[in-house]
Amino acid sequence: MASVELKTSPIAEAAHVAAPSLWYDLATTVDHKKIGLMYIGMALLFLVIGGCEALLMRWQLMFPRYDFIGPDLFNQMFTMHGTTMVFFMGMPILIGIGNYIVPLAIGARDMAFPRLNAFGFWATLLGGMLVYFSFATGGAPAIGWFAYSPLTERTFARSAATDFWAMGLLVSGFGTLTGAVNFIATILTMRAPGMALRKVPFFVWTMLWTSVLILFAIPPLTAALAMLLLDRNLGAHFFDVQNGGSAMLWQHMFWFFGHPEVYILILPAFGMISEVIPVFSRKVLFGYEFMAAATAAIAFISLGVWAHHMFTVGMSRTLDMFFVISSLLVSIPTGIKFFNWLATMYGGKISFESPMLFAFGFLSMFLIGGLTGIMLAAAPFDFQLSDSYFVIGHFHWVLIGGTIFGTFSGLYYWYPKVTGRMLSEKLAKWHFWLLYIGFFLTFGPMHISGFLGMPRRIYTYDADRGWEIWNQLTTLGAMIQTPSYAIFVFNIIWSYWKGKPAGNDPWDAWTLEWATTSPPAAYNFEKIPEVHSRRPLWDLKHPDDPDWKYEDE
Amino acid sequence: MELNFDIKTALTEHERASLAQETSRAAGKSGLPVPPAIVPEKNLTAEQWGVIAFLVSEVAFFGALITAYITFLGADTSGPKPGEVLSLPLVLMSTALLLASSGTIHLAESLLHQGRARQFLYAWGGTIVLGIAFLSATVYEWHELIYEHQLTISRNLFGTTFYTLIGFHALHVTIGVILMLTVLGLTLFGNLAGKNGPVVQLVSWYWHFVDAVWLVVFALVYVIGR
Repeated sequence: MASVELKTSPIAEAAHVAAPSLWYDLATTVDHKKIGLMYIGMALLFLVIGGCEALLMRWQLMFPRYDFIGPDLFNQMFTMHGTTMVFFMGMPILIGIGNYIVPLAIGARDMAFPRLNAFGFWATLLGGMLVYFSFATGGAPAIGWFAYSPLTERTFARSAATDFWAMGLLVSGFGTLTGAVNFIATILTMRAPGMALRKVPFFVWTMLWTSVLILFAIPPLTAALAMLLLDRNLGAHFFDVQNGGSAMLWQHMFWFFGHPEVYILILPAFGMISEVIPVFSRKVLFGYEFMAAATAAIAFISLGVWAHHMFTVGMSRTLDMFFVISSLLVSIPTGIKFFNWLATMYGGKISFESPMLFAFGFLSMFLIGGLTGIMLAAAPFDFQLSDSYFVIGHFHWVLIGGTIFGTFSGLYYWYPKVTGRMLSEKLAKWHFWLLYIGFFLTFGPMHISGFLGMPRRIYTYDADRGWEIWNQLTTLGAMIQTPSYAIFVFNIIWSYWKGKPAGNDPWDAWTLEWATTSPPAAYNFEKIPEVHSRRPLWDLKHPDDPDWKYEDE
Repeated sequence: MELNFDIKTALTEHERASLAQETSRAAGKSGLPVPPAIVPEKNLTAEQWGVIAFLVSEVAFFGALITAYITFLGADTSGPKPGEVLSLPLVLMSTALLLASSGTIHLAESLLHQGRARQFLYAWGGTIVLGIAFLSATVYEWHELIYEHQLTISRNLFGTTFYTLIGFHALHVTIGVILMLTVLGLTLFGNLAGKNGPVVQLVSWYWHFVDAVWLVVFALVYVIGR
């Protein structure tokens, strides 16, 4: 009798199906918005982990001949910090934002392949877990994030940590690749009626080119990682110099991935600030066509610049010259973009809400990072400063000053859409200024310690080198930056419940994601809007003065 | 939960047309400027673009493997060398099989297009048989190389690059065969009846790509590098 009573009634079962738990929902969802948020959540988690690794390194370098974490752990920390930030923080957060925003911005109801989309996320997460599983082998790999051979060969890296590292990147590479395939199919086929490819919001355009770059950049890395695993586990000789293998081959293959990778990381940030700057300057994006062509040009050129990471390896003079010239060429389309952003703001009615603040942070910092990039692209200069702290200063300036500031600009811009609440502007300003000042103080002195001859990846230094003060300033900067991230995390959590209601279109913006509710329903749009210009929402708000009257000529 | 799987990700042609009419009527009534009518674009499907994007990435992948093969061509510090151990007659036969399979899969596709379901199944099955025959030839070749000539992946650079390149290509052939068997199964049990046109086309693109890669591999490994 009792057993009969315990049986669940059909109605109770139906109720259970109708309201699954949050965890079940997240584990099974194929909705682009939830997957996008999971990507962002995962990226923020890895940001904290990678940040802690950076802090450990910075404290170790605080004093000369200091013995805080020691050389072994230090080597593991810089390997994991670089790997984490590039593969499990940088790419996932951009793919996550793209996942959330791209279908909304083009007036679609989901990505083209929702299940593949979920696969992409889970593969990326699994890859991250595999890489971190290397700690269980007695210590993370100590090979540097670009894992130069022969350090990675069995002889020098004896534990399985390097294998977990390689497998993790291989698996997450599959995830990234499916993401790129999905973006391309979505952007090319699912735009709202009337939204020709030359009318897509600029962020969508940059996501398209980032995806194209992923198609070309990730597979060679996958091939190189497979070769590395074959070397280590089946005794193949690809990078085994003693048996005729080539350490240079790894460098070429890694940087053939590695340099497009930095454009994979920066193009979406370009896209985000190209959405933010027009809205907060109350002007259309200046020179959309030139911006679009410059994006494509950067993508193309970036496939032919990889060996500027290898000037000191000793290539031929011809190759050096080729890679100097191709690397310098990147500055032309990038300069076009830069001036177009300035021209967008010129004469505009600029307001300084948090997204625009971070866009300004991006512009000022990315300019400096770009200029040190031009310095390093000149081979003779690079001969002097390659593998010094100058290089570390340069690429953090670009990746934090560029990608991170751009990403925060986007996160502050779209948070009201995602949650229906405004972020606290007061906390946002604290976040911005602490990050800005801390960032300056962390990476500025690195340029000087680099000039003074401090090589990257050393775990300590002698007191008489004159590097102490610059390292201490850097560490101080890192400690100023740290609370800024905490403030951001606090802000997004606190505002989720306590933030001011945002409404559907708090910034009076012009792209389609602002035409639907905040947060958007599972199906995004009740009715798919029709598009006639690059600012479809402007046309809807101003039917008497639509953009399409001026655009199509 | 159901909703997640049922969301229509694209509008039908009919929906688009009626939406367009509605909007222009509303605009016309109020005396506001009427936007020009939207001309529907001719475009490939999402699935087609997806497969094209994937195949582009495969070009980059094989490009890297082929680069490695060329890098180490003739760089061996010890034997056996390619010319001493690779058997041309066998690989010519397997190349012919793979090329023929490109023909049969093309035939299968056009037969399906004409609605000749039974003949489609024969051509499709024939392609699978040819794919398996190609793989068998690879198994035979590898068996010879390993047991007759003691060429393993760790023996020398030739072994390293040969097994990696040929192995990854054979892996792609294997995946192709599995895809074709899946389509065959779905066709036989009628689950995809009438709807398998796109799938057949996409698998066929993949198969043609794998064949094209083989031609490059064949020219490099068995002609130039031998």
